[in-house]
Amino acid sequence: MYTEEMLESIKKVEAKRAENAAMEPRRMTAEEKDQVLKENHPDYREDQFDVLTVGPNKGEKAPKELVKMLQSDSRLKDNLPDLSCPDYETDVLIIGGGGAGASAAIEADNAGEKVMIVTKLRIGDANTMMAEGGIQAADKPNDSPAQHFLDCYGGGHFAADKELVYKLVTEAPEGIEWLQDLGVEFDKDAEGNMITTHGGGTSRKRMHAAKDYSGAEIMRTLRDEVLNRKIPVVDFTSAIELIMDDKGHCAGAVLMNMETGEILIAKAKVVIIATGGAGRMHYQGFPTSNHYGATADGLVLAYRVGAPLREQYTLQYHPTGAAFPEQIFGALVTEKVRSLGAKLVNVDGEVFMNPLETRDVTASTVIRECRRGKQVDTPTGGQGVWLDAPMIDIIHGEGTIEKRIPAMLRMFLKYGIDIRKQPMLIYPTLHYQNGGVKVGTDSQTCVENLFVAGEAAGGVHGENRLMGNSLLDVIVFGRNAGKYAAAKAKTVEVGKLTLDHVAKFEKELADAGIQPDEVSPKLLPDYTRKVND
Amino acid sequence: MEQMVNVFVMGKKYEVPASLTIMKALEYAGYKLVRGCGCRNGFCGACATIYRIKGDRELHTCLACSTQVVEGMYITQLPFFPLIKEIYDINEVRPDETVMMKNYPEIYSCIGCNACTNACTQGLNVMQYIAYAQRAEYAKCAEESFDCVMCGVCSSRCPAGISHPQVAMLARRLNGKYIEPKCQHLADRVKEIEEGKCEEAIRANMALSDAEIREKYNNREIEK
Repeated sequence: MYTEEMLESIKKVEAKRAENAAMEPRRMTAEEKDQVLKENHPDYREDQFDVLTVGPNKGEKAPKELVKMLQSDSRLKDNLPDLSCPDYETDVLIIGGGGAGASAAIEADNAGEKVMIVTKLRIGDANTMMAEGGIQAADKPNDSPAQHFLDCYGGGHFAADKELVYKLVTEAPEGIEWLQDLGVEFDKDAEGNMITTHGGGTSRKRMHAAKDYSGAEIMRTLRDEVLNRKIPVVDFTSAIELIMDDKGHCAGAVLMNMETGEILIAKAKVVIIATGGAGRMHYQGFPTSNHYGATADGLVLAYRVGAPLREQYTLQYHPTGAAFPEQIFGALVTEKVRSLGAKLVNVDGEVFMNPLETRDVTASTVIRECRRGKQVDTPTGGQGVWLDAPMIDIIHGEGTIEKRIPAMLRMFLKYGIDIRKQPMLIYPTLHYQNGGVKVGTDSQTCVENLFVAGEAAGGVHGENRLMGNSLLDVIVFGRNAGKYAAAKAKTVEVGKLTLDHVAKFEKELADAGIQPDEVSPKLLPDYTRKVND
Repeated sequence: MEQMVNVFVMGKKYEVPASLTIMKALEYAGYKLVRGCGCRNGFCGACATIYRIKGDRELHTCLACSTQVVEGMYITQLPFFPLIKEIYDINEVRPDETVMMKNYPEIYSCIGCNACTNACTQGLNVMQYIAYAQRAEYAKCAEESFDCVMCGVCSSRCPAGISHPQVAMLARRLNGKYIEPKCQHLADRVKEIEEGKCEEAIRANMALSDAEIREKYNNREIEK
């Protein structure tokens, strides 16, 4: 499968493999990290950002593509639906059927509220399903929530909301126990001890995993539980606008059937946005590891009703997206490959960094290595460096790759590459939205009765998320949102429904001289008649 | 010039670049996908696909997102298959012989044709994991079925009407909850947190000045 040129480079990688596997590359200093980020990280490419001219974050910068979506027309412009006879009435309306939405649904159901999930595709079609590497929790004797706090807050460049990080790390062990009680399988030894590894930027081995299907194992179990509880799931239905009441509180959503285009009205006492990330916006033209529906919908919905965003200017580029073959271009190669000891090496087979630096630093270092001319070129004009997986079996013994990262083995074997024997060619891929809608510790936004959880919410990860803190985020804050939203719903009397904010936002756009040529939320990317997504 | 191949989408011919996956070929041909497309990377099972190569007798199954097109491919998708998903309370069921008999009795009608295994898009030994489920060997069933993406192709080929992915789902939850050993260090830490024993150290970190916490982070000891 590999080209002649690649095979030449692989010979050098093989020659140095044993030596490279045994070495312990030094960690970068804080100054070195700052420098490599500034010079290489896509977040620092000023020409790729615009300034928001309307809305709660007016005057702040965001990726061009996001600014466009936030400042586009409503899909309901000039065609507002009648709100007087809602098609659905519920206590807690959850928009999004991923890990956060499902966790929220289970907890709100526990609290005795009437819950409904609407989801653009199917329940479980979400980035949670695709999370491979694992989930963090400080539950080993040499670890503590305080240590987890330090890793998370520092790894996020000291920009996160400390109280949200506190909640994330303090409720992590209980979250794992909750999953275990639901029947989620974790990698354990014969005594039941969790088999844990490092992730980039962790100071303790606290990565819990279910092989390299960690998110899939969690998501399919949560989905099964939602179904067992008979919680209504309205699938292939997107939310295209939030509904407010005359008190200025959030009170439902306008829905659209993705197949028929039918417009439906859902009235609710409280709403939880759990719509996930934005990889399919392809910021800066990057490929993405994300799910088909990851188009920042929740940010658009919340922004239009006046909920501010935070850290919307920072995205995570996962260091190891597949760079070759082109059929899997941009697909995620789990960080667990590096957790298990595989190192990144350049065209000459040289190790150029410690592979367990944080993701932003690692991605930047990969980009730098390519800019230095130490890259391997692909036939379609791409480039990358090697992730030398065979080191794993050298370090941990034959059979480790098959047992611990079967999905990766399968993904490459489909194209004739056996990662037990050959390295993988990788390059950074758009992976995660570090920021999101600003929320308090109760997961509520500044808009009354509007909650946000999971990747759509901001403040938990600062300016860079650590591996394993996203699965943890969707569990801890999905449950948190479900509990607080349910409690809130018990006190709510919904007023008269209104969509006045749509016209108000439209006027703001006009006053700012913006004439949108698109509508938002985007809902799905457009790949029709294209060769590359 | 890029090499092109002819594929037949539900019988209709389209010329597409030979390098594309089936999913990208559908989009290249002009389809805007809503059904039959999810994670686009082999984890969600949304894009189950059945195909036959012109002139070839064999029927193939795959995930459209992770299979390359070839010349003469006749493609149809299976974006949904009516699996039976029984409702149960995970706290009430037990990993015994009765649970499968009660929820999925059709597994005992398996005729051993192995069509499920031959059809599996993940290359799993499906008939074997059903055999484990029949014998209430749920840990083995869980391990054998672990990589299942629940696409449902196995069930579409089953003469006994078995919903294999749902049988496996139940087996894995039984295994995770009742059979795998409970984690003691996890229970200990949850208790410590509940008793407030972890509070002081974390609050101390939160009270540090920006300069102090940077210093502490940059010099923290990293476990080997």
